[in-house]
Amino acid sequence: MTNSLSKSQPTNWRKMFWDAVVYAMLIVGSLMFLLPLVFALTSSFKTNGQIMEIPPRWIPDPFHWQNYPEALTYIPFGRFMLNTMIIAVGAITGNLLSCTIIAYGFARLKAPGKNFLFMLMLSTMMLVEPVRIIPIYIEFSKLGWVDTFLPMIVPAFFGSPFYIFLLRQFFMGIPQELEDAAFIDGANRLQILWMIIVPNAKPALAAVAIFNFQGVWNDFLYPLVFLHKQTNYTIALGLSFFRSTYSVQWGYLMAASVVALLPMVIIFFLAQKTFIEGISFSGIKG
Amino acid sequence: MPNQADQPAPFWNIQRKEALAFYLCIAPWLIGFILFYLGPVIASLYFSFTEWDLLSPPKFIGMDNYVKIFTRDPLFLQSLKVTLIYTFTYVPLDLVLGLLIALLLNRQIRGIGLFRTIFYLPSVLTGVAYVVMWMWIFNPQVGLINTLLKYVGIQGPRWLLDPKYALWALVLMSVFQVGRSMVIYLAGLQDVPKELHEAASIDGANSWERFWKITLPLLTPSILFNLIFGMIMTFQSFTNVYIATNGGPLDSTLFYVLYLYQKAFAFFEMGYASALAWILFLMVLVLTIIIFRTSGKWVFYRSETD
Repeated sequence: MTNSLSKSQPTNWRKMFWDAVVYAMLIVGSLMFLLPLVFALTSSFKTNGQIMEIPPRWIPDPFHWQNYPEALTYIPFGRFMLNTMIIAVGAITGNLLSCTIIAYGFARLKAPGKNFLFMLMLSTMMLVEPVRIIPIYIEFSKLGWVDTFLPMIVPAFFGSPFYIFLLRQFFMGIPQELEDAAFIDGANRLQILWMIIVPNAKPALAAVAIFNFQGVWNDFLYPLVFLHKQTNYTIALGLSFFRSTYSVQWGYLMAASVVALLPMVIIFFLAQKTFIEGISFSGIKG
Repeated sequence: MPNQADQPAPFWNIQRKEALAFYLCIAPWLIGFILFYLGPVIASLYFSFTEWDLLSPPKFIGMDNYVKIFTRDPLFLQSLKVTLIYTFTYVPLDLVLGLLIALLLNRQIRGIGLFRTIFYLPSVLTGVAYVVMWMWIFNPQVGLINTLLKYVGIQGPRWLLDPKYALWALVLMSVFQVGRSMVIYLAGLQDVPKELHEAASIDGANSWERFWKITLPLLTPSILFNLIFGMIMTFQSFTNVYIATNGGPLDSTLFYVLYLYQKAFAFFEMGYASALAWILFLMVLVLTIIIFRTSGKWVFYRSETD
């Protein structure tokens, strides 16, 4: 190591002082960021009477856990979860299949027009969504896809620019020699993709699946536009409906919100690295 | 190049085969691009010159929608104003706060992973449930914010129910999702070479000078990315406001895309809504181009020094 600058006593004190300042700021900041979540969570364990107490109690006394079973049976929450899962599985399958193949093309194969097409694809990431929604609504309603999950699933089979970009960046980091060796052994492109690229790109594929799940779970505009029958609602749409119908029953609303947020919290804790570092391997820094 | 065969060159030589393979690979995207991007954008431009309620066929009316939007539509102006105020307060806040938190989180100290997790967590929780949670936090009587304000003797406003405060409440709610830009900065910070800082220290630069002369210039690509994505995102804000206020009170939070949505899917004025969409599209396009054009002056790429 080149750390030959001997640390003198005063700089050490300075470092300790600054570390203490940083810790203090981080602790205050974290409390600020956690407090809203904690507040919602504790509210979900209060009766409608307890919740309106002034000043509010930070810890519910007694714990009123019944909000959960009551809120979740008031509306067909299980059904909404199932609907959302069906869309998520469909969309993730579509994106993993299509984006892998498309990204392989962009990462490894030479062809005239490739750079232009790649730039074109990147620029669609900047397209404002609302400019597409009306024609897409009309397109899909002509196909009879209103009140089906197809508008949320089928486009995934044609790839999504961000995921293609992310996979392409990752594929470019896989050594070309691995492929060359397989090529000499007589493997064709699809075999190479399946046997060399996919096993080596598991972290990136997992990232796509996770980001896509988050996207589906939180998506609101598409379900709002395309799903009208209550039995077809996704979790986000169901919660929005619940909000406008039971707008004063905050205990129920908080219980339902906590349940709706929970899967994302769990996935986040299981796949923190993907969320926090996923950005860095996609090379997005400008 | 792999596979140097010395047979006579047929039409399907290595290059042509590879090009064919490339186009086969990207075919799904190319088809999707035409069906879900190019087609709709062109269709939307055409619809914007029509009057169309979905029941009868679209009627071509030339520039009428645009003329009406720019001359006789106070709600267009209101929604534009709301969106611009929101963008120009939220985006700078997000850029600065994200950077400050990233700088704090970039230190090698114990427990830093936990802090990163906490600051990033709200960014994962976007969507309806997050907004519903915040509506409760903004409750004037017993919500979190006014309870905390009461501790220090301040009578808090009615937040989402008060036309003067509703928009700021929405800004505050989004600021907690600063983790999204924070991770981009963190990734950028990890690329700042330590040697530069060490060399500058030896030359007698203090940490303040090193931040302005080394860290910040090297982070300008991250700033550019966050600026453009932040702007594109805020111009399209919809879910938060649809759930939290639905444009109210008194249109004080009538965001552009919410107005567009109401025109299209509540009043079924598809032509008019398409014109609104195209105006938004052009505004974002022009702003993005302006930012990219000026970025040459302030964005610093490391490869320039190599």
